[in-house]
Amino acid sequence: MAGSDALYGLGLDAKKIETMYYYMVLSRALDERMWILNRQGKSAFVISCQGQEGAQIGVAAALDPAVDWVAPYYRDLGVVLYFGMTPRDIMLGQLAKAEDPSSGGRQMPAHYGSRAHHILTGSSPVATQVPHAAGIAWAFKLRHQEAVAMTSLGEGSTNQGEFHEGLNFAAVHKLPLLVVVENNGFAISVPQSKEMAIQDVAARAAGYGIPGIVVRGSDPLAVYQAAHEARRRALAGDGPTLIEIKTHRFTPHSSDDDDRSYRTREQLTAEKKDDAVHLFRHWMVEQQLWDDEREKALRQRIRGEVDDATDYAEAAPYPDPASFLGHVYHT
Amino acid sequence: MAVMTYLEAIRETLRQELRRDNRIIIYGEDVGVRGGVFRVTEGLQAEFGEERVIDSPLAEAAIIGTAIGAAVNGLRPVPEIQFADFIFPAINQIVQEAARIRYRSNGDFGVPLVIRAPFGGGVHGALYHSQSVEAFFAHVPGLKVVIPATPYDAKGLLASAIQDEDPVLYFEHKAAYRSLKGEVPDERYLIPIGKADLKREGKDLSIITYGLMVSYAQRAAETLDKEGISVEILDLRTIRPLDVEAILDTAKKTGRVLVVHEDNLTGGIGGEVSALIAEHALFYLDAPIMRLAGPDVPAMPYSPPLEHAFMVTPDKIAEAARKLAKF
Repeated sequence: MAGSDALYGLGLDAKKIETMYYYMVLSRALDERMWILNRQGKSAFVISCQGQEGAQIGVAAALDPAVDWVAPYYRDLGVVLYFGMTPRDIMLGQLAKAEDPSSGGRQMPAHYGSRAHHILTGSSPVATQVPHAAGIAWAFKLRHQEAVAMTSLGEGSTNQGEFHEGLNFAAVHKLPLLVVVENNGFAISVPQSKEMAIQDVAARAAGYGIPGIVVRGSDPLAVYQAAHEARRRALAGDGPTLIEIKTHRFTPHSSDDDDRSYRTREQLTAEKKDDAVHLFRHWMVEQQLWDDEREKALRQRIRGEVDDATDYAEAAPYPDPASFLGHVYHT
Repeated sequence: MAVMTYLEAIRETLRQELRRDNRIIIYGEDVGVRGGVFRVTEGLQAEFGEERVIDSPLAEAAIIGTAIGAAVNGLRPVPEIQFADFIFPAINQIVQEAARIRYRSNGDFGVPLVIRAPFGGGVHGALYHSQSVEAFFAHVPGLKVVIPATPYDAKGLLASAIQDEDPVLYFEHKAAYRSLKGEVPDERYLIPIGKADLKREGKDLSIITYGLMVSYAQRAAETLDKEGISVEILDLRTIRPLDVEAILDTAKKTGRVLVVHEDNLTGGIGGEVSALIAEHALFYLDAPIMRLAGPDVPAMPYSPPLEHAFMVTPDKIAEAARKLAKF
């Protein structure tokens, strides 16, 4: 695994590092609020990013939201925030309000999408977005556009045919594509050992003749470095890269799951010691980029943003029932 | 105006469209160097290059999935599925993705995509090179399903499908490729999707059908004409959306309706057409609605007498129409 020690100085200035940290903390805070709304009976469903923020922000920070496109999956709250969705946007989707930019309240929460922010609309069947991202990258290539597509998915989803088909297609045509696997060790309740007979999903890259990189999600700078290098390769015409990020899921699969039946509390406690949000903050303090005062100010700011988003979305109107027949076809 | 086969009309339309709009790309298995297993795309890669006419890996979900991504990112993909029988690995992409993307994104995204696929039997294709799969897709809101019956329609409907902002399945009957010939204007023209074509006027009964079965029905109608039975033929042209008005008009006019398709009887388009007539024109009918369709066996067998037993033919259509006329 690549480490972050040699990384400081990779074109990441203090401001960018603070931005990355801000988005990690914001993702966590919004996610925690969603669970509160769920337990209050205000939101029927939550699916979490908690534990994966370092993976998501490390990748997103290496992309250029002005030109690149992402086809994320349902845990990628950090990615879509980095690509321009606001806390209000997120809460509008969480509460299924008319103004939800992803779907106007039509989809379950966390099925993100926004043409304006270069975020492809997502579905619930897993891995369908891999060929989509390859197609987006293909259009970039045909138009000789300096841009890449990034798609992400869980390790369980890499067993789907569309993961294989999309990567194979992208490799044959040397498409500017990053395929990012956020390996949190579980496909709902099934551990990785019962999902596949290999330790590293990245090993599958060999089957496509492309690089497969393994990085630790609690080290956002290592993730950034891997994604940055993959983007450079993609733009140079060298084709796709498969990046596997070893990460954690700190919550049950969703608000309808209970992970106590398949994961011991000891295991969860151990996983939580490898929390990117805390480890990144420690590193920043060590580098003298951060201190308690700044931390307090940031937490206050984010608390205000999450409160504002919650209040705004709670007050926002639901969709007009008559609107449900619209947008079946172009009109 | 030139006389062309059904296949040539499709190829020349693709050529004309590729020249007209450089966002259009064609790809699928063997469509490039080889020009497709039926030669539909012959010569197109030579003219438009490997970047626009592309040999894809043998993987249908990737063909459609990447086309969706390319369409979202500004291209106008016209992928080919080599045989309609092989479309099923892509059904997740077609039904869950292409058909639902506009709806699920509340209109933020659309998928302008035309999926071409040869279908149908009577060509010694057996179980997996003969299927009619249109009813699966006609069930799905968000998709359009087009099945042209003549070289003229093949051109105008394909141009419309390519111009459409939504995903269109465009099914080409393999037995029509070289057997159907007709005049096709050189210039570009559009035939609206969702409008049926009254192919023949008559007064005793209506045959409602589409695709290759239109010309079979025409042959049956000529035979019946000599027997004093006057047959009206409505070519649906598109089976989603259906032209409800045209269906009801012909049903009300003749009072006797025979719906014909090669696809299996149960759950086929004939059921939907019959239901529409029963709901909206029942009291105009002089006889029960009749359906003639492929039998409810899983697929078409190979051995010639077995294949013939499956196929809907002009003779079978004429026989069914005689019974209906006498009712």
